[in-house]
Amino acid sequence: MTQHAPFFTPDRSQYPTQKDDGTLDIDLTSGKYLKLWQGPNHPGITGNMSVELTVCGDEVVEGKTHVGYLHRGFEKLMERRTFIQCFPIVCRICVPEPDFNEYCYAAAVEELAGIQSPVRSDWIRTLILEMGRINSYLMYLGGQAGALGLGIIGQWTTYVRDLMLDRFEELTGARIYHMFILPGGVRDGLPEGFDARMEETLREIERTLKDVYDVMFCNAVFKKRTVGLAVIDPALLESYGVTGPNARAAGVAKDVRKDQPYLVYPELNFEPVIGHDSDIYTRADVRRRDLLVSVDLIRQILDKMPRSGPLMATVPNVLHWKIPRGETYIRGECSRGEYGYYLVTDGSGYPRRVNVRGPSYTHAMALLERLIVNINIADVASLMVSLHTYPPEIER
Amino acid sequence: MRELHTRLAKLFPLGELTEQRTNLAFVSVPQEHLRSLLLHLRDREGFTHLVLLTAVDWLEEGQFQLTYLLSNRGKACDLGVRVMIPRDGATMQSIHELWPTAATYQRELREMFGIAFPGSPRVEEDFILEGWRDIPPYRRDFDTLKFAVENYSQRPGRETHDPATHMKQQLYPGET
Repeated sequence: MTQHAPFFTPDRSQYPTQKDDGTLDIDLTSGKYLKLWQGPNHPGITGNMSVELTVCGDEVVEGKTHVGYLHRGFEKLMERRTFIQCFPIVCRICVPEPDFNEYCYAAAVEELAGIQSPVRSDWIRTLILEMGRINSYLMYLGGQAGALGLGIIGQWTTYVRDLMLDRFEELTGARIYHMFILPGGVRDGLPEGFDARMEETLREIERTLKDVYDVMFCNAVFKKRTVGLAVIDPALLESYGVTGPNARAAGVAKDVRKDQPYLVYPELNFEPVIGHDSDIYTRADVRRRDLLVSVDLIRQILDKMPRSGPLMATVPNVLHWKIPRGETYIRGECSRGEYGYYLVTDGSGYPRRVNVRGPSYTHAMALLERLIVNINIADVASLMVSLHTYPPEIER
Repeated sequence: MRELHTRLAKLFPLGELTEQRTNLAFVSVPQEHLRSLLLHLRDREGFTHLVLLTAVDWLEEGQFQLTYLLSNRGKACDLGVRVMIPRDGATMQSIHELWPTAATYQRELREMFGIAFPGSPRVEEDFILEGWRDIPPYRRDFDTLKFAVENYSQRPGRETHDPATHMKQQLYPGET
């Protein structure tokens, strides 16, 4: 195989020295370094966050993640809301895949209140979560390709995502924030003819993914700029709290759906998708293949789910709903990794504390700041997207 | 989880085990034993994944509860380690050397709850809020409504309601 010359050859003599406390001795007046802000308004940034880069030539020597541009204080807000009033709030914590917030919150409240959700609602919950996962992956593929100049991929994936949003709309009445999985069950069953329309959508997604594979994953530029770049050492996975596709691309089959199965996943037949090279290309490929697994899971769910039975358990009068003192943690495998809710109750009608554990909290902060060192400025956007970060999870 | 608790109780002065589910339990430990317990759990018991670190404000009891949630993937179980520290002059030892990601959690807790973590990297840097001068906003005694009224002007004609009372009036107007 022909060895290609690297894009740039950094001048290592210009590098800053490290101080005793581990920080870098960067003298901005020396003229060797430049501070560069990528974000909060920048085409190469994922959502409302920014990365403060210190560059030496084209190479990043230090990167610091800055968040706080869309802090809405959800966790504090929920302490002043009754349990049912928190339900329409939680989905707003993550725009591209809001359903995990609804599921984790609902399951945590159910557990502390001693409520068992009906079996049929568990199947519908699983269906919704897999539909959301597909949407999130489709957005990711568009973003990953767009970060490297392949704008057309985003247009294709947005088209099929829109078809999935149509399915969400007919199922839940909403396209983005569904507010469908509430404590006790789900709001409704499947509409008539849903299965056939879903099958059409899934076929369209599969057809589009074939095109995406040909144009994106077989593209020489995409390969050259992603293979071997920003490798996550498998030894770092535990210490940096890496979960989801970022961990699976490093060869570790971390998947909450298998590790601690929830809802109806034990009854579904699937294997976690893993990769081995742990670079940007592998992470993208793991997500593409995982998307196809979700397509298959939706078919299995529609095939096996019960079509009759209750959708809601009996819940107390929501105006007087008090939950005894307790604490619990509920997790699920979202498209970016482990998503979880830590709920503490104190016997009153309000949550004492709600803490949201989003995968981006570790991926976009400590991990990104470590991986960003020594990469080219032009690859920063690609690296950030490859970790699949969403800032709202960091600053709930 | 009972077996684990028995093993640990021989080494550390642990509180009672609260078994929430078969694969999730919580246990309390005095502040000074936290680091050694976490190190033991990480290196000897396979709890290698720090799921989250957060605080709960028990204002009435004058204490903060710090929860360190650890996960053991091999055994598919989670253990929440609770540490109670006094609210006044709240200080806790840092665990960033055990898990580098803990530094982010500790930065947030310093900003939102006012808990000091001496030695934690960049812990004094603003995390989400910039130039915050009030009491830490996630403490229970921080009144968000009062803060909003004092700092932000309202659009003329806008009505605001207490959420719980408003919902009650809408759904059950006759009920007292």
